[in-house]
Amino acid sequence: MTPGHLSRRSLLGLLGGGAAAVGVGGVGGAAVARATETGDDDSGTVAFHGEHQAGITTPAQDRLHFAAFDVTTTSRDELVAMLKEWTAAAEAMCAGRDVGEGGTAGGPAQAPPSDTGEAFGLPAAKLTITVGFGPSLFTDAHGKDRFGIAAQRPAALADLPAFPGDALDPERSGGDLCVQACADDPQVAVHAIRNLARIARGKANVRWSQLGFGRTSTTSTSQSTPRNLMGFKDGTNNLKLEDAGALAKSVWVAPGDGPDWMAGGSYLVARRIRMLIEPWDSTPLAEQERVIGRTKGTGAPIGREKEFDALDLEATGPDGSPLVDEKAHVRLAHPSTNGGAELLRRGYSFTDGTDGLGRLDAGLFFLAYQRDPRAQFVRIQTSLAGRHGDALNEYIQHNGSGLFACPPGVRPGGWWGEGLFATT
Amino acid sequence: MIRLFPSVPTRALAPSAALVALALALTLSACGGSSSDAAASSSGGSGGTAAKGQKVSVEAKDESCTASASELPSGRHTFSVKNSGGDVTEFYVYAPGDRIVGEVENIGPAISRTLTVDLAPGSYELACKPGMVGKGVRAPLVVSGASASAEPLDAQLTEAVSSYRTYVETQAAALLATTTPFVAAVKAGDAAKARALYSPARLRYESIEPIAESFGDLDPLIDMREDDVTAGTPFVGFHKLEQDLFKTKDIGASGPTADALLANVEKLVALIPSVEITPLTMANGAKSLLDEVAKSKVTGEEERYSRVDLVDFAGNVEGAKTVYTQLRPALEARDASLVKTLDTRFAALQDLLGTHASTKGGKGYVAGSGYVSYDALTPAEVKALAVEVDAISEPLGSIPAAITAA
Repeated sequence: MTPGHLSRRSLLGLLGGGAAAVGVGGVGGAAVARATETGDDDSGTVAFHGEHQAGITTPAQDRLHFAAFDVTTTSRDELVAMLKEWTAAAEAMCAGRDVGEGGTAGGPAQAPPSDTGEAFGLPAAKLTITVGFGPSLFTDAHGKDRFGIAAQRPAALADLPAFPGDALDPERSGGDLCVQACADDPQVAVHAIRNLARIARGKANVRWSQLGFGRTSTTSTSQSTPRNLMGFKDGTNNLKLEDAGALAKSVWVAPGDGPDWMAGGSYLVARRIRMLIEPWDSTPLAEQERVIGRTKGTGAPIGREKEFDALDLEATGPDGSPLVDEKAHVRLAHPSTNGGAELLRRGYSFTDGTDGLGRLDAGLFFLAYQRDPRAQFVRIQTSLAGRHGDALNEYIQHNGSGLFACPPGVRPGGWWGEGLFATT
Repeated sequence: MIRLFPSVPTRALAPSAALVALALALTLSACGGSSSDAAASSSGGSGGTAAKGQKVSVEAKDESCTASASELPSGRHTFSVKNSGGDVTEFYVYAPGDRIVGEVENIGPAISRTLTVDLAPGSYELACKPGMVGKGVRAPLVVSGASASAEPLDAQLTEAVSSYRTYVETQAAALLATTTPFVAAVKAGDAAKARALYSPARLRYESIEPIAESFGDLDPLIDMREDDVTAGTPFVGFHKLEQDLFKTKDIGASGPTADALLANVEKLVALIPSVEITPLTMANGAKSLLDEVAKSKVTGEEERYSRVDLVDFAGNVEGAKTVYTQLRPALEARDASLVKTLDTRFAALQDLLGTHASTKGGKGYVAGSGYVSYDALTPAEVKALAVEVDAISEPLGSIPAAITAA
């Protein structure tokens, strides 16, 4: 048998550092030594354990692989065992290690490797893995308690209502479990989902999944505002991790909000929002800016100069009409329009090739975390949805949807869902 | 054999040497055993205990399977099976995991047959299968008493290889026996008959395909698909005839292809005794059967003209399950949890497959096939099959390591 826990990163140090040493002599050797001393390198890891799950307020990475799973086992024990196995695998991957004892290439020759291997030699790339439980995990379509946890279903985990204009594809919606894997390297994010899906075989299978690139919002003041596929800056006014007060108010579930197992957790709404790229691209700049409510170049609100200038929804132009259109996206999405409701957005752009008619199948994979979806996402989306809502609706269509209760963070030695399954 | 396929005419086969030897052994032991039915017939139902060496009588009806004993001492026992039902039946003794300890097939109404088996202590099931389909009517059987000490592990593996060889030879003989009338029907220009005989022959081939693959060119010559054709290789084999029968519907010029197919099948059957079988090749073959399912059966790609993909699917699963059941005693000793997982997963897969069984006149029925046409499956049903195949493929991939571990 080969030695067990040879971490991916220590192997990287050996392989990569060794290669560097061949090239530049002593410098490579020094790099190996440094990596060994600190037990880390500059690739960056995000702590897996903590009060909250990583991947919610931690700075948004550049890449996403999101997957929703159907649980197929009817055995609570099997489900719990799987969640434990998932936790152990995620902990290893987020630390930049391979999954399992033998990892990619260190196991017995006659057994499938315990790690699928495509991240071997890659840095951890700030991988975070965030898990959520869908309403259907608690009760099935007939209201039956699937795993003895129906009584623990939070009231806030109420099925989302149908919004006008939705064109939801059941094959891109729902799910008993979700896993959001974010990293700065797409291969690392894909690797994470692939290994968890493999562990799940026979107990749960992927119902749908989405790859994302290019974060479309900023979750930290340390980040610049990115642009979405419409070419506009997205996430300027997003909640930021530096504002603990706002996070406590709008993102983290507080004790007493619902069942205890969710305290410190957050609710995730995922929407696959396809953009009708070709019509959008042939829309005049002024119309694009009217629809969004911001200028395309700087991202400043209409009538203002700089990106972070406050949005003034009362301002009127010379003709007395509002500067920010009555149906502009920023107006209808703004907290002041929605009783103060806000979301922590963490979405990604996606492009899934073309649709067979030569049109780009692309858009925004919207991910938003919140303390209570009924008061937040549902409220805001009700303002936005429909023909009489957001002007943007002419250029977008929601075709996938999911709602998940993301439990609090895992403590060392703990596992995802421990609170939920321990209380019942 | 676990017969997944009711409409295959049963074995009018040239028995292999191994089968002849087995049959002789059965005959001899039956003669040497007690011929008295007295003890056995005293009880109308199951539940009695038979003494060592006495005959156990089994009454097989269409809805019941009643044995004169449900407990036996370990050792050699002879079951005398009488078919009191209206259907042709068969009788099995199963060890855990549906490993076949012994079987008699083709027991016509009012006919009695005997089966002699050596039973080690443990739990068994007796099964009568009226109509020779499905899981049959089961009755438990407990064998107790002094056990021969547990077989050494390598002896278990040797036994697995030898049983598997018997299975392969039996399937090969059945392949020849089902391909021969198929080819004859093609050559006679009887397209309807040929179409109905196509899938029975496919089932046999699919159950032993990894063995065929070990002979290099033979597998492509028998089983290539049109996409496998490259410059200089003609399109031949089963799938060329499938195209002629189900797509172009012209078998006017199919005679030479049919002759070549039969010749290649004969070649395969003749070569099988020379194939080297090891526990590892068995296990890898089982995995490759399921990989085949994942790649070309569950996608409906293999039988693109006839749409009998589920027959191939069933054949692959049967072949893999047989490998597993032969290796199961050895695996049990080495990795009991793997055995538990595979027991569950094979049952789930076969149950799911069973939900797509079809009979003449039923929805999606294809002449001669025991399963619905692939076209009759909904996308959700295809996905459910794919999920089960993925679920079993992982534990199946763990068999090689388990049996090669010290």
